[in-house]
Amino acid sequence: MSLDMMLEWWVNNDRLIDLLITALGQTLAMVAIAGLIGFIFGIPLGVLLHLTKETGLLANKATNKVLGTFINIGRSIPFIILLVAIIPFTRIIVGSSIGTAAAIVPLTIAAIPFIARLVEGALLEVPAGLVEAAQAMGAKPKQIILKVLLPEALPGIINSATITLVTLVGYSAMAGTVGGGGLGDVGIRYGYQRFDAVVMMITIVILVVLVQAIQSLGDYLVKRVDHR
Amino acid sequence: MIEIRSLNKVFHQGKRAIKALDDINLSVSEGAIYGVIGSSGAGKSTLIRCVNLLERPTEGSVVVDGVDLNTLPSNQLTLTRRKIGMIFQHFNLLASRNVFDNIGLPLELAGVNKQAIKTKVDSLLELVGLSDKKESYPANLSGGQKQRVAIARALASDPKVLLCDEATSALDPATTQSILELLRKINKEFNLTILLITHEMAVVKSICSHVAIIGDGKLVEQGAVGDIFAHPKTELARQFIRSTLDLSIPADYSARLSDTKTENSYPLVRLEFTGASVDAPIISQVAREFNLDISILSSNMDYVGGIKFGLMLAEFFGTPESTEQAISFLKENKIEVEVLGYVA
Ligand SMILES: Nc1ncnc2c1ncn2[C@@H]1O[C@H](COP(=O)(O)OP(=O)(O)O)[C@@H](O)[C@H]1O
Ligand SMILES: [Mg+2]
Repeated sequence: MSLDMMLEWWVNNDRLIDLLITALGQTLAMVAIAGLIGFIFGIPLGVLLHLTKETGLLANKATNKVLGTFINIGRSIPFIILLVAIIPFTRIIVGSSIGTAAAIVPLTIAAIPFIARLVEGALLEVPAGLVEAAQAMGAKPKQIILKVLLPEALPGIINSATITLVTLVGYSAMAGTVGGGGLGDVGIRYGYQRFDAVVMMITIVILVVLVQAIQSLGDYLVKRVDHR
Repeated sequence: MIEIRSLNKVFHQGKRAIKALDDINLSVSEGAIYGVIGSSGAGKSTLIRCVNLLERPTEGSVVVDGVDLNTLPSNQLTLTRRKIGMIFQHFNLLASRNVFDNIGLPLELAGVNKQAIKTKVDSLLELVGLSDKKESYPANLSGGQKQRVAIARALASDPKVLLCDEATSALDPATTQSILELLRKINKEFNLTILLITHEMAVVKSICSHVAIIGDGKLVEQGAVGDIFAHPKTELARQFIRSTLDLSIPADYSARLSDTKTENSYPLVRLEFTGASVDAPIISQVAREFNLDISILSSNMDYVGGIKFGLMLAEFFGTPESTEQAISFLKENKIEVEVLGYVA
């Protein structure tokens, strides 16, 4: 397909364009909200996971084990199954099991353990000596977390955010197939069910551009904050 | 200022118990620079980490400035630690903060206001000679500069004690000297008590007033640096003293060295002067009295705390009898003599 064909199509398909714009908005909403809530819960969980390790600041084997198990369960369920499996829960939260708002629930549930593990990994990169130095300076545990661990792990955490958002873009397309809307939904309905190759290509192009944009923004931010 | 009493530390690794510290008693008076020297794995880091309770002793007490740290609840301990500065072998600066913010961190933790932090940090930057680097990040500093930042950071909360865990071990000799000079300066200027651990006798020699020697978790010897250098009681102490004197046989000599004496060969001897050796112009005396020609191959003499000590490699040219007599004379004067072999 040539660029000319796409342009020609563009001019002749007002209604579809509106549809694509709406779908893009839905995708962005799903990714952004699930990502945001995911981080609100995922970062503290990742920090807790790190701190309760055997050598951690608040070593606590039981807590670490329980948390770890939950996170592993969350991470081992394929997203497409999670999507369906938690429908009753989704209904309780948003009152419906279809639509963009409903799709955000499973996306968030999938994002939390994903983020927790990535954040844990980022914290693991912080040299233990820095925590010791802070302790020797008379830092309280809360100060160590806020002034040492998180700032030192920031480049890694931003990287985790990038990976999470990109993954959520992919997941949101799956959520689309069960009535969540978004670009994935459009791509499947027009491209697969109606054999409209042009619409499918356009959704793919938009998704590629979106992922590129997220990655570039993430890389830029990491570069800004990374002084290692 | 620091009193360590009957300190024991046992680590448990699986089922194995490792006794890292064995009944340590140590007392560091105010304003002293106290060195603890030992080889790798001797328990030095464990010992110094027990002083601010980064490591909890298994038994025994640690009293710093009259406060028994082990009895403090954890929030009190946190506050007390602010009066005990610490620097490390690998500096442990925060990569996310520039030099200024690294030095200001302890003050920030203590809730000091911004203006007061600025005044204090600027004066510390001046002290360690890094005023022009305050906006730099640690990644762009040399090792010596990083340690200066770490020292400034450790001094920010006006500690009474500074703990140094192998603070110069990652630095080259020239940088090591400049850091040691800085430590000496702050010791004088602020009457700061310094406890430092190291595996290099050269460090002890250049700034410590007192030294303790640790081996296998035990303190085998301690005292004023001059006394230890003068009268080392243990083999470990002698080894460390000798380690400050590098005296090896040149390669072409060792090639010509043989274990047995032949017609035209002469002994190559190593003389070790310690604090016990008689302080007299002994070499020329020996040469005169026993009619020997002495050719000094190399020598490394040093003067620490009023004590002359060192090593010397020399060839003795003379009859076997006179050589024999000369060696016994040297031994009578408390100079250790070892015949390394015979050179043709
Ligand atoms: N956290 C730990 N767990 C188990 N063993 C340890 C631990 N820290 C130190 N050790 C052991 O204690 C001994 C002394 O270690 P350390 O104090 O680090 O020695 P040094 O600083 O003199 O090289 C070593 O045998 C070391 O393996
Ligand atoms: Mg060590």
